[in-house]
This record gives sequence, C-alpha cells and structure tokens, in this order.
Amino acid sequence: MKGIIGRKLGMAQIFDENGQVIPVTVIQAGPCYVTQVRTEDNDGYKAVQLGFEELQPRSNGASRLNKPAQGHLKRGSLSLPDLRVLREFRVKEIDVQEGQVVKVDVFEKGERVDVVGTSKGRGFAGTIKRHNFHRQPKTHGASDRTRAPGSIGSTTTPGRVRKNMRMGGHMGSDRVTVQNLEVVLVDAEKNVLAVRGAVPGAKGGVLLIKPSRKTRAKA
Amino acid sequence: MTDLLKEIQSQTTQQHPQLRPGDAVRVHVRIVEGNRERIQIFIGTIIRLRGGASGDASFTVRRIASHGVGVERTFLLHSPRVEKIEVTRHNKVRRAQLYYMRKLSGKAARLKEKRES
Repeated sequence: MKGIIGRKLGMAQIFDENGQVIPVTVIQAGPCYVTQVRTEDNDGYKAVQLGFEELQPRSNGASRLNKPAQGHLKRGSLSLPDLRVLREFRVKEIDVQEGQVVKVDVFEKGERVDVVGTSKGRGFAGTIKRHNFHRQPKTHGASDRTRAPGSIGSTTTPGRVRKNMRMGGHMGSDRVTVQNLEVVLVDAEKNVLAVRGAVPGAKGGVLLIKPSRKTRAKA
Repeated sequence: MTDLLKEIQSQTTQQHPQLRPGDAVRVHVRIVEGNRERIQIFIGTIIRLRGGASGDASFTVRRIASHGVGVERTFLLHSPRVEKIEVTRHNKVRRAQLYYMRKLSGKAARLKEKRES
C-alpha cells in the first residue's frame, strides 16, 4: 500500500548537500488507518480506503461524527478512532489489512509522487481570469468594456451561441493532480513530508499523495 | 501547524551573530570550483536585512570595489555556503534599508560607528 492522506502546511525553502535552495511544499501526512479494503469479489475493483485525522469528542463526550460514519469505523472486530477524512486509493495488489496504520515512511526521499488536491476557489470569474482573454482598450472611446469578453458569435446564422463558447463562470475548487513531484524529505516521527515544488490548494487543504503514475514502471 | 513548517525550515539554521543594518561584515563564502572548494571573503556593509527569523531570511552586503564601483551581493542567511559571518563594526544608522548609500561615494559614504555603552 503506497499512498497517504495529508494536509498542506505551506511552502518553505530547504538546502541540499550542495547548498542549493530547493523550493518545497511541506505536508502534514498521516498517520492513516486502513478503514476498508475493497476487493474484486465484493466490490468489483481493488482499492484501499484510508482514514486521516483523528477527531476529539465534543466536550459532552459525544462523537463529532454521525451514526453511519461511526458505524463504518466500528464494525465487527474493527474499532478505529473517529476520523475526519476518508479517501480511497486504487491499488493493484492488496497488501494491507483493515485496521492497519499507514505512515509517511511508505515513501522515501528521492522518490516520485503524484499529489492530488483541490485548487483554490475563485468564485464566479470573468473570461480574463478564467480563460486568459485579453483586456479591451481603456481609451479610444471605450467605456466600461475593458473586461468584457467581446463578441460571442454571429447573427441570424446560426442564431445561437456555439457550444463550448468560453465565458465567465465558476473557477477553481477543482480536483487537480500534480504529477511526478520529487520527495525531498520524509520525517516519520513528525509525520511530515516535503515535495519539490508547488501543490494545488490553500494551506490546510486535504491532499492525496500517491506513487507517480509516470515513473511507476522504473520503480 | 505553522510551527511544524518553521521547524522544517530551521533544520538548516546555523549560529550567526545578530546582524543589523549598517554593520560592517566579513562574509566567508564557500566557493566550489570543479571539485576544489575554497573560502572567499566578501567585505562590506549590510544595507538590507530581509525575512527576519524565517528560514528564507537574506541580507545584502555592499562594498566598493576597485575604481569606485559599487558591488552588492545578497546572501541567504541560513545557506550552508555562508560559512561564517564576522561583524567588525556596528554603525549608527537611522533606517532599515540603506539604499541611499548607492548614491553616495567617497567621504559622503562613510558611516559613524555606534559605541555600545
């Protein structure tokens, strides 16, 4: 099982052996529990469901999770703490058991990973921000049209706006994957991972870290 | 959460003396030429400190090279390439960034020494 759930802490600079600066994103990763194993026989595909971030009960002792979520974590012989985030990872071979703990040390320094996150939400964004349109002139008689998209089609023929016309709309908050990032630092004691370069989303955002798809063949 | 971030950055932190703008310093820089390594000393005045206590803090040193040409070099405070920083003199300055030094030359570019009481 190679994969972990984490939270983005932020970016930092660290130095390599040659004194060169490496820009890194520091991720609070794991420890995660294996909350469920999905098998070919039972579910039609193979995956491992991991849970991340233990939740403290409320001051009156009640759980922060609803009954169905509690039941999922405490079923049969399984008795896991309350976990905030549950995510599935598709795997080729199932090599873990339900209830097992997965820590950052499944990854090692120098390895390549893919990181999945949710990009920063930009709300309803216009065509300039969303589709890199150009601005219209601020002068030469132009008034309040600087950020307008311009023409969106012809006239009576076809009498409608073509499909896929790029316009304003909601931007961001999308699931974004960054592939092939180098693992620069793994600290199993502090449950911290650092990867070279930037990672989608705001600080505190949930991230999935998986082995790189593009370099898996070599490893 | 941010404490952990700071901790990661401070792993490379070395012990350097407290620097202040206007300080006359000797910066020992490690230079790698092929597979030979040597130390070069850059002598000048600190005209800017940036980043405070953070891991990416830097400082800029200005010196007057031959023919009165001003040379400024910015170092990362925690870089392993910065072997050692010696403060040879504290000068009395009234601002944090001494960019005005760039316009001054010769006698006008002198700074008054600050004597600790």
